[in-house]
Amino acid sequence: MPRAFTPKVVTANALLEGYVIYLTDAGDWTRDLSRALLITDEAEAQLRLLDAERQPDVAVGVYLADVTPGRDGRPEPTHFREEFRRTGPSNYFHGKQATR
Amino acid sequence: MYRYTDFDAAFLAERNQQFRAQVERRIAGHLTEEEFKPLRLMNGVYLQLHAYMLRVAIPYGTLSGRQMDRLADIAERWDKGYGHFTTRQNIQFNWPKLRDIPDMLDALAEVEMHAIQTSGNTIRNVTADHFAGAAADEIADPRPVAELIRQWSTDHPEFQFLPRKFKIAVTGSPNDRAVTRAHDIGLRMVRDAAGAPGFEVIVGGGLGRTPMIGKVVRGFLPEADLLPYLEAVVSVWNLLGRRDNKFKSRIKITVHEHGIDDIRARVEERFAQLRPAFSGVDQEMLAGLRAHFAPPAFREAPTVAYDAAYKGDPLFRSWADTNLAAHRAPGYAIVSISLKKQGATPGDASADQMRVMAELAREYGHDELRISHEQNVILPHVHKSDLPAVHAALREAGLHTANLGLISDIIACPGMDYCALATARSIPIAQQIATRFDELKLEHDIGHLQIKISGCINACGHHHVGHIGILGLDRAGVENYQITLGGDATETAALGERAGPGFSAEEIVPAIERLIDGYLALREGPQETFLQTYRRIGLSPFKRYLYPEARANAA
Ligand code: SF4
Repeated sequence: MPRAFTPKVVTANALLEGYVIYLTDAGDWTRDLSRALLITDEAEAQLRLLDAERQPDVAVGVYLADVTPGRDGRPEPTHFREEFRRTGPSNYFHGKQATR
Repeated sequence: MYRYTDFDAAFLAERNQQFRAQVERRIAGHLTEEEFKPLRLMNGVYLQLHAYMLRVAIPYGTLSGRQMDRLADIAERWDKGYGHFTTRQNIQFNWPKLRDIPDMLDALAEVEMHAIQTSGNTIRNVTADHFAGAAADEIADPRPVAELIRQWSTDHPEFQFLPRKFKIAVTGSPNDRAVTRAHDIGLRMVRDAAGAPGFEVIVGGGLGRTPMIGKVVRGFLPEADLLPYLEAVVSVWNLLGRRDNKFKSRIKITVHEHGIDDIRARVEERFAQLRPAFSGVDQEMLAGLRAHFAPPAFREAPTVAYDAAYKGDPLFRSWADTNLAAHRAPGYAIVSISLKKQGATPGDASADQMRVMAELAREYGHDELRISHEQNVILPHVHKSDLPAVHAALREAGLHTANLGLISDIIACPGMDYCALATARSIPIAQQIATRFDELKLEHDIGHLQIKISGCINACGHHHVGHIGILGLDRAGVENYQITLGGDATETAALGERAGPGFSAEEIVPAIERLIDGYLALREGPQETFLQTYRRIGLSPFKRYLYPEARANAA
């Protein structure tokens, strides 16, 4: 039996700075996971992934990351790696956490 | 110190110019990421978790004050004001922007530094004993040999597309500080019965997914045979090495699969073919390189200032007892500057700290600095009478931590705080262990103990050869830390033994604390180190401390 589809966001690193970015509903990119498009349908996930891969001048290493809808329906990471990616390193207040 | 020739400088300028054009073409959309990635990796540019990372080679760990100053400038101008020294005697900048990297490489080239061969399937940056040219126990300075190998292997046409990366380490001392037994090739400088110089050649060591201790392929190789012999080893592996499976491609697997005797026979055969082609030009080069590495003019002076400080200043004494090593010149000492202040990130130095170290090297250290694979910085030649002044300056910069070789002198790879390959974090674990034992004020009582932490099985943190090794893994979506005991990175190299089930991020520090309680209870006295105790009694007595519940359940 195929595994049930779990919600996803499309994520990558920005070509110029390397920062973590997420695909929005409008098809552009945000550095803020809470503004990312939460995808709940497998077919849409594949289409959005293709869309993102067609922007190699913006995004590097595009992939689908597992998320879960938070209380307000915005995407929240399910795995610690994605938690670190949306936050930044734990030894310095650098990266995303510093730019919020 | 080795100075670049015009050839080196021109080569570097051309490489940097090429890379600048490649970056421009990538940004303009004329190169795809698939095309660009191998090009950036060849120039030391990685894409990590949160940003790009630039890895800069510090060949055989040797730097001048001017070079260290330049690293500080780069950290400040294009990064976030610090750099991370790695177990491969490299420095990594964690936050460069793609557009800036060509400028960073030009700034490095001005002080004869670069990021070439820090990645890719080539012969990587050759590492050497960080006490080279200074250690009292040294037979000869290994750096001219390391430089000879660097020149021979850089852009060597046959070796640009090897089955995998290839790492060589050299030591000139019987006490192995270069972890030669965990490299693809390890070279130990030795002398034969007649006193002639040569090498013991060790092959097939390595950590990572399948850790192996290297085996001696040639007990004594005359000095003049070095390059043809190395070429023979690499070329035998280049032919036999498995390109079908990335995990089986390193020479350690080739040696393991074919057996050391078979490899030795093939190498000797190939060597016999290659040897006549080496007419001795390499030996002339080596002689020339030796002149570049000639020892500085050591001075003869009284050490009264040192003796007085040692007697009168307990802080200085404690630092001197842990952070100094015996120098070959009378009246001199080797100073290890700890980049492991308890609670700080192992191996990180701020731009200001780099400048302080550069200045100290110029003023008191014959303008030489070293980076150790243990992620510390060394002033290899300091006259003892200058040590009180050096210590005072280090104190002001927060660089005076007296913990060399102690439990808080932890090796930790960047782990999941930076590294895209990581399965768990390493840095916070190192920070917490160091802070905890500092609070307990037990460090000096515990004595010599090496903890080494890696954030995945690639083992950049050398966990297999730590007295206590910690490996961070992802167990069903949770960080989990596996402990190995009894590893050894020196001439008596050994791989650690897995202690049992792993611990969560919350449990790992208490587990280490129990383990140390166990050691303190089990040792025969303060003179018996952790490793000695482990070798005497083995793993199982320690398990009782690591897993007290298991014992309670069994009872
Ligand atoms: S051991 Fe793994 S996590 Fe650590 S630096 Fe190496 S590849 Fe990255």
